[in-house]
Amino acid sequence: MSSPVLVAAPKVKAETGVLAGTRTLLYKEVLRFWKVSFQTVAAPVLTAVLYLLIFGHVLEGRITVFGSVGYTSFLIPGLVMMSVLQNAFANSSSSLIQSKITGNLVFLLVSPLSHWAWFLAYVGASIVRGVAVGLGVLAVTIWFAPLHVANPLWILFFTVAGAAMMGALGLIAGLWAEKFDQIAAFQNFIIMPMTFLSGVFYSVQSLPPVWREVSHLNPFFYMIDGFRHGFFGTSDVSPWISLGVVAASLAVVCAICLHLLRIGYKIRH
Amino acid sequence: MPAISFVNVAKTYSSARGDVRALDDVSFDIDEGEFFGLLGPNGAGKTTLISILAGLARASAGRVAVLGHDVAADYAAARRRIGVVPQELVFDPFFSVREALRIQSGYFGVHDNDAWIDELLANLGLADKADANMRQLSGGMKRRVLVAQALVHRPPVIVLDEPTAGVDVELRQTLWQFVARLNKEGHTVLLTTHYLEEAEALCGRIAMLKQGRVVALDRTSALLAGTASTMLRFKLDKPLPPALRPNARVTGRIVQITAHDAREVESILAVLHAAGCDPEDLEIGRADLEDVFIEIMRGESPPRVAA
Repeated sequence: MSSPVLVAAPKVKAETGVLAGTRTLLYKEVLRFWKVSFQTVAAPVLTAVLYLLIFGHVLEGRITVFGSVGYTSFLIPGLVMMSVLQNAFANSSSSLIQSKITGNLVFLLVSPLSHWAWFLAYVGASIVRGVAVGLGVLAVTIWFAPLHVANPLWILFFTVAGAAMMGALGLIAGLWAEKFDQIAAFQNFIIMPMTFLSGVFYSVQSLPPVWREVSHLNPFFYMIDGFRHGFFGTSDVSPWISLGVVAASLAVVCAICLHLLRIGYKIRH
Repeated sequence: MPAISFVNVAKTYSSARGDVRALDDVSFDIDEGEFFGLLGPNGAGKTTLISILAGLARASAGRVAVLGHDVAADYAAARRRIGVVPQELVFDPFFSVREALRIQSGYFGVHDNDAWIDELLANLGLADKADANMRQLSGGMKRRVLVAQALVHRPPVIVLDEPTAGVDVELRQTLWQFVARLNKEGHTVLLTTHYLEEAEALCGRIAMLKQGRVVALDRTSALLAGTASTMLRFKLDKPLPPALRPNARVTGRIVQITAHDAREVESILAVLHAAGCDPEDLEIGRADLEDVFIEIMRGESPPRVAA
């Protein structure tokens, strides 16, 4: 250790209040996935493009949706939204479980960050990751089929609300899980089936009536359908209904998430 | 106002085998500017007590405050006043040393803190590692970063939970010099350690925990004076005669036996002689903190809690 030059600690100027430190945690969470963006952004873009190539190749020309929309054009917004949702979930859940397992969550636990700060930062970073991947998928797939934007506000609302909901859900999963397997189970047995059965690859109007009704119980269906409405100006159900369902689901998930953070569920013993 | 106050703190964990009482009615204060030691065997409740203080765990009953701020009701104010060096060697593999320190500072709402971060890096011998990724650091260097992270928001109260476990001699020395200087400059220090000679050398006051209860709490000098016993130390190649075993502490060839007066020393030597043992390097010394600790943990002396 070098010669002691510690100044007699002057009073520290610290930001206080319920949101103090939020921007640092948000910055850290964004930096975390950005440092490994090959894995967190480029890889999911490649996956989505493979889906487009395979399904688009097989089904283009055989199916038209909403009257005149070609299958590949129909598929693109579905894939974009699916990537947004899955990556928003992956970001908060994997960050939290990694910190829990490696033990570095202690740095957050000893800090004065409020449960609101945790919530906003983790969910905010999930939205950033979801949007980054979604834009990446769009940028690559847009060259495969004509796509125009009917109403950007619907696109914006469903992107942000969907990503926020999945970020909050990922946070809940990360709090609950004690090992990586449990996160993987959550992802493989809940998130994947719900996204795949939400109408990413097909219009629910083409399903038998029973399955159409079942699809209507899946909140993911409304996120995808509402998002598509922003592109085509038409959808399986009214975008206002989708907005209502998505907003209500988002509110419920956020309330549960904030409650768990406030009581320190499985992180403060 | 005490720097840290524990009032009737209890902690019960539920486990598969029923409830485990980790802390039982723990009460004591640590004054501002003190260098305070918290000792006890593994499982005595030291880390649980520190976890409650740091907000990592919640007390089942009682109250803990840092400079008057309740760690549960007023947690943000309490945590801004305390810096905790955790026991486990944890780090975030995504960041460099400087990034980790800037981020930790930001969590406490302290932005633009680079001047202080540079000073911490220099004082902890980390200046040339500032841009190295955390993964590239040796264990000792990671430990230094943990200390820097705990101090980055300039807390008046510093808590070190076994900071020298598995640390080489050089780092132990430099760490203690640094912490002792922080204490001299007015910081309150709470330390748990297994190295009793460290506690004896550094801590003005000591509390000992056993099975979740405070069994001794006094000035270090008073604890040492309280035993008033002498230690007979020698080396022995043969097994110790059974008659001497109950009061002996054996570390390899080294044997230490409590002897209260000259007559007791004589009788111990007589027993050794009768058993055909030939003690080497025989010396008589004063009891140290380790002897006091062992005596208290064996429950030979009544709880010693200074009023």
